[in-house]
Amino acid sequence: MKAQAQLEFPLFKGEALTQLPEDLFIPPEALEIYLEDFSGPMDVLLYLINKKDINILDLDLSEIIGQYIKYIDLMDALKIELAADYLVMAATLTQIKSRMLIPQADEEEEEQDPRSELIRRLQEYQRFKSASESIANLPRVDRDFFVASAALPAFREQAPLIEISADELAAIFQEAVSRPKFFEHHEIRFEELSTQDRIALILSILNKSNVVQFFQTYQKREGKQGVVVSLLASLDLAKDGHVELIQNEDSNQLYLKSTNRGFY
Amino acid sequence: MNTSSNLTNIVESILFGAGRPMRLSEIKSLLATQNIEADLPNIKIGMNELEERYSNSALEIKEVATGYRLQIRNEYGDYLYPLWNDNTNRLSKALMETVSIVAYKQPVTRGDIEDVRGVSVSSQIIRSLLDREWIKTSGYRDTPGRPALYETTKIFLNDLNLKTLSDLPSLPEALPVEGALDQLEVG
Repeated sequence: MKAQAQLEFPLFKGEALTQLPEDLFIPPEALEIYLEDFSGPMDVLLYLINKKDINILDLDLSEIIGQYIKYIDLMDALKIELAADYLVMAATLTQIKSRMLIPQADEEEEEQDPRSELIRRLQEYQRFKSASESIANLPRVDRDFFVASAALPAFREQAPLIEISADELAAIFQEAVSRPKFFEHHEIRFEELSTQDRIALILSILNKSNVVQFFQTYQKREGKQGVVVSLLASLDLAKDGHVELIQNEDSNQLYLKSTNRGFY
Repeated sequence: MNTSSNLTNIVESILFGAGRPMRLSEIKSLLATQNIEADLPNIKIGMNELEERYSNSALEIKEVATGYRLQIRNEYGDYLYPLWNDNTNRLSKALMETVSIVAYKQPVTRGDIEDVRGVSVSSQIIRSLLDREWIKTSGYRDTPGRPALYETTKIFLNDLNLKTLSDLPSLPEALPVEGALDQLEVG
């Protein structure tokens, strides 16, 4: 029974905590709002630390880590969409915690304390956080003080009036109604040529020949659409660094050259 | 006409009419357009007289990053605030943290800001700081991707009633980590 109790209740300064401290308890439905109040995971961590009234340097991180992870779990269970940064922090904390659980090997291979990097970052963050709070409290224009001004408001440029006679207007109207109809219904069809397929095609050509001319990557019968799909595929490949697009100054031929990076 | 009090009035009218900070040199060139020769020390004397004239009023002359500005004293701000009643000045914590990091570490990239804050900096925050003209792009760092470097602007200082960056609250000192860690027992 005793062992179980120790597992259930975290020890804080030698005493078992039988419940979450009140100021740390966040009603589930408020979690989302609570998250918005923080500027990020570091802020949440600092909050947890400050609520304990502990100097960061004397920090027994494992407890705070446990608490942080508990919150993340809770949020996960509530299906609150978590910013990736919170999950990254949870992963970092879990890693630190697990490294701390592993018994330390010989002193020779003295590893850096897994907590030191986190503590360094927390401290650095705390410096800027407190400075930013001081800056937020500085008198600010249009909030704490106002500029005394008789300056004229910025004028909006007036559009010049259009001079037009009734005859001209009638003529324009005539022209407008007799304009051919550019709008008509049309059916949207799924693309017949896929960029993905074209990428695969180009890559397979390049596997054999290393260089290919752009016009060889489509067929005449594919028409404009074929050219467009080939162009998209080439750009995509160039963006990811799989091909180089080369054009000589004196010719208008476009070449695709493999960078031999392989595809995945 | 008494030139000295006249100059004071001219300075007053310029400050009032400009509605933005004016440098002594700007005032000087405005005077020159009216064929009034005044040197900077004289204009400064006019400015000082003006300051004295306002000493018992709701107005004050404040020197900020881009010159002298006529403004309503802080203690009367409360009466005006409801007139505007807008939320544009409610700035998020994240935004204040971001601009603070730019202010103390400039020039910085977005990555530098993220390193300190431990959270990705949204484009919206950067956009909003650029729109306010509190930060500007000062160049690009010569690393892969050539990330933009940001620094704070004079407008940022103006808006906080400051003259130079050194008027900002000082950044708390970093505490040494290593020594303290030695005292830590393995949790």
